Amino acid sequence: MKRRFKDIVAFASGRLFLIFVNALALLIFCGLLLKAAPILQTVSLTDLLFSSVWHPMKHQFGLFPFIVSTLAVTLLAMLMAIPVCLFASIYLAEYASRRFREVSRLIIDILAGIPSVIYGLCGILVIVPFVAVVGEYLGVSTTGYSLLAGGLVLAVMVIPFIIAISVEVLRMIPGPFRESALALGATKWETVKYVVLKKAAKGLVAAVVLGFARAFGETMAVLMVVGNVAQAPSSIFDPAYPLPALIANNYGEVMSIPLYDAALMSAALILMTVVALFSLTAHYALSRLGDHND
Amino acid sequence: MNRRKLEENFFKFLMALSLGLVFLALAGIILIVLIKGLSSLSWSMIFETPKGGYYLGGEGGIANAIVGSLYLVAGATVLALIISLPVALALQKEYLGKRFADITRLVLDILWGTPSIVYGAFGFVVMVWLGLRASLLGGIIVLTLLMIPIMTRAMDEAVRLVPYELKEMAYAMGTTRFETTLAVVLRQAFPGVCTGVILAVGRGIGDAASILFTAGYTDEIPRSLFDPVASLPLAVFFQSGTPVPEVQARAFTAALILLVIVLVINIVARLLGWRFSKNIVR
Amino acid sequence: MSRIEINELCVSFGRNPVLKNISLSIPDRQIICIIGPSGCGKTTLLKSLNRLLDLNEDVSITGDVRVDGQSIYQSRLDVTALRKKVGFLPQRPYPLPMSIYDNVAFGPRIHGLDGLNALSGGKAGSPAAGAKTSRKDKDRLVEHYLTLAGLWDEVKDRLSEPAAKLSIGQQQRLALARVLSIEPEVILADEATSALDPISARLVENQFRLLKKDYTIILVTHILRQARRLGDYIVFLYMGDLVEHKPAAEFFGDPSDEKTKAYVNGDIS
Ligand SMILES: Nc1ncnc2c1ncn2[C@@H]1O[C@H](COP(=O)(O)OP(=O)(O)OP(=O)(O)O)[C@@H](O)[C@H]1O
Ligand SMILES: [Mg+2]
Repeated sequence: MKRRFKDIVAFASGRLFLIFVNALALLIFCGLLLKAAPILQTVSLTDLLFSSVWHPMKHQFGLFPFIVSTLAVTLLAMLMAIPVCLFASIYLAEYASRRFREVSRLIIDILAGIPSVIYGLCGILVIVPFVAVVGEYLGVSTTGYSLLAGGLVLAVMVIPFIIAISVEVLRMIPGPFRESALALGATKWETVKYVVLKKAAKGLVAAVVLGFARAFGETMAVLMVVGNVAQAPSSIFDPAYPLPALIANNYGEVMSIPLYDAALMSAALILMTVVALFSLTAHYALSRLGDHND
Repeated sequence: MNRRKLEENFFKFLMALSLGLVFLALAGIILIVLIKGLSSLSWSMIFETPKGGYYLGGEGGIANAIVGSLYLVAGATVLALIISLPVALALQKEYLGKRFADITRLVLDILWGTPSIVYGAFGFVVMVWLGLRASLLGGIIVLTLLMIPIMTRAMDEAVRLVPYELKEMAYAMGTTRFETTLAVVLRQAFPGVCTGVILAVGRGIGDAASILFTAGYTDEIPRSLFDPVASLPLAVFFQSGTPVPEVQARAFTAALILLVIVLVINIVARLLGWRFSKNIVR
Repeated sequence: MSRIEINELCVSFGRNPVLKNISLSIPDRQIICIIGPSGCGKTTLLKSLNRLLDLNEDVSITGDVRVDGQSIYQSRLDVTALRKKVGFLPQRPYPLPMSIYDNVAFGPRIHGLDGLNALSGGKAGSPAAGAKTSRKDKDRLVEHYLTLAGLWDEVKDRLSEPAAKLSIGQQQRLALARVLSIEPEVILADEATSALDPISARLVENQFRLLKKDYTIILVTHILRQARRLGDYIVFLYMGDLVEHKPAAEFFGDPSDEKTKAYVNGDIS
């Protein structure tokens, strides 16, 4: 009887925590929504999303420059990261010896675990001056604190993250699938091209999507090198001001200006919604990875 | 034939190049942090709190940030563990229908991906609502939220890898679900559970965006849960933003200390996983 | 025609020896059956003949295998050419992740085969490499090999469907068509009929009988009766040792080794 009782107590408390975790997501979403809602009383949704005028003191809250900055810096980073990730993970999963793969994985895990402020710090030291020099060489005036610097730092940050997932995905494809091409006399690369990549396509897309989500919400590393000027950038050498940086830089002083906090909350809400959609996509892509019926 | 070989070699070259870039990045980061960080590393950096004029290049150290980070992460780890472990265990199919389990895993994935700045903003809203200032408690709560999905997902993976036959053996002896969980599942999944905890600690200790407005920053070591608290990532961030070169150099020292802590955590995780996997039934 | 010579071949996985000092000369244009209890190393022996074993990471191989007098474990060997010459039919068929049609067309495409030899019925001469194959020729090629594998009638209306949708037995015959499509000289078949019903198994067996005038076929089988029906030459492995090998009539009529006798009588399995 006592054993049964314990079991039931354990069951009930497990349920409780389970419900808490599920409620947490809802709570965060609703909390942000509730806090962001007042902004729509003075600013229309289209103005909020597509107006470029950002004058908190005059109650003008156009998030457009920040949204464009976020998208631009993320896309730029992914553009640079994707080829590197694809080739590096194919090498690790398909060509490397087990020893080399294991060591590389360790290194990549370490890279993925380095805190983002450290990436930002190294970015200030290396990438910002580098961009300035490149800009000068090309005859563009730039301080180096720019969209390009943000994209580069972000690319370096997400590369290990994407590689770690991609290698997992590639290793999950059973060896015999490769054998069926190799046994026909296909080269290793042909096997990768016609069999492995096709089998892994969904999982690799998921890895990239997760990387995109990670980059989209990354705050500190980008904030430190991107320049933070509230204006939609027109070239990659212009400074930019992504949404996470906007929130991080201004949250301390919001209380003094009415509706400012609501504007920042709507920025957070946009971030969360976009990232949640991406996570959702990746979740379904990865959860169907097991079946090979295609 | 020649064309096929050529294609293979071309792509192999691209692969080597990509991998080389990745390793170069790591080597670069570690070297930079090491060289720049060592130049102003000293005992007083580690064991002293900032003295007057520290931020203008004066005496003192960042003991406040080191201790603060440890406090924050210790508190958050305990809280997150208390919540995550039961959730991971409750996700077993004996306890939970497939639908609810699937939904929970989806929710965990979404929480896992949620940017830390969003946790920070949400945490701040909650703190305002509770009437809390930026404080150790606030930082711990937000870090807990950030760490829960990381821990739970890793633990869930480990728990799911326990072969059902193993549990069946226990059930066949007439144990309850709870006893089976304690005697078989937890034991078998232990390395995975450890990895989960350590993964989360690594993420938690390095995160700056979530504690930016919830933990605050101070030169003192906090005396109660309601005092504001400094932290290593924010020490890096704030010091790198000052115009004084000595202080900027100290940002690298703070980064070095943070990096060493993260690396040690990483290595301990691996050693633990290796040490504890000896008693595992495969 | 290819001759295969195996010389003091030893294979181990990690520290676990799987093939111990195998020496064997394989006669050509016959059906060679490799028999033996499960786990005795049949698949391993087969895969050692076209270097598919190399794909395992903890494998170590000593000794030598010669195909046409050329050692296949020398480092400068063109593995893809070897594998084209020595085709392999796996124990469990894993279709390529493409349509049924492309599964068969894949091999000829990567090797630049036009399949003219196959279509004109002869096997003489080496195929003209790199020749452009028209769609129509390719269609005929695919039909030819699918017919040869006894699958054409079942799939002719669904050639563009993914191959993974076929039943396991159909996939096995697709794998056979795939092997035939690269025009190998030797076919290694690992229990190629294990997933088939008796009737389709007979179909494939008959196919092998027809093919042996052009190919050397090395067949791993669990089924003693199949070895009796098909085999011209029998190789018996037991726990990694080569116990006995001789022409089928001799092997079944007059086994010399005690273990062989026991196995043939069904006392060990
Ligand atoms: N990749 C591998 N790693 C480690 N051991 C292996 C591997 N492949 C095979 N073995 C071992 O080698 C031995 C021979 O295996 P093999 O597959 O050749 O047997 P088999 O005769 O084909 O058996 P079956 O009739 O069941 O297919 C077995 O003991 C097996 O456990
Ligand atoms: Mg076998």
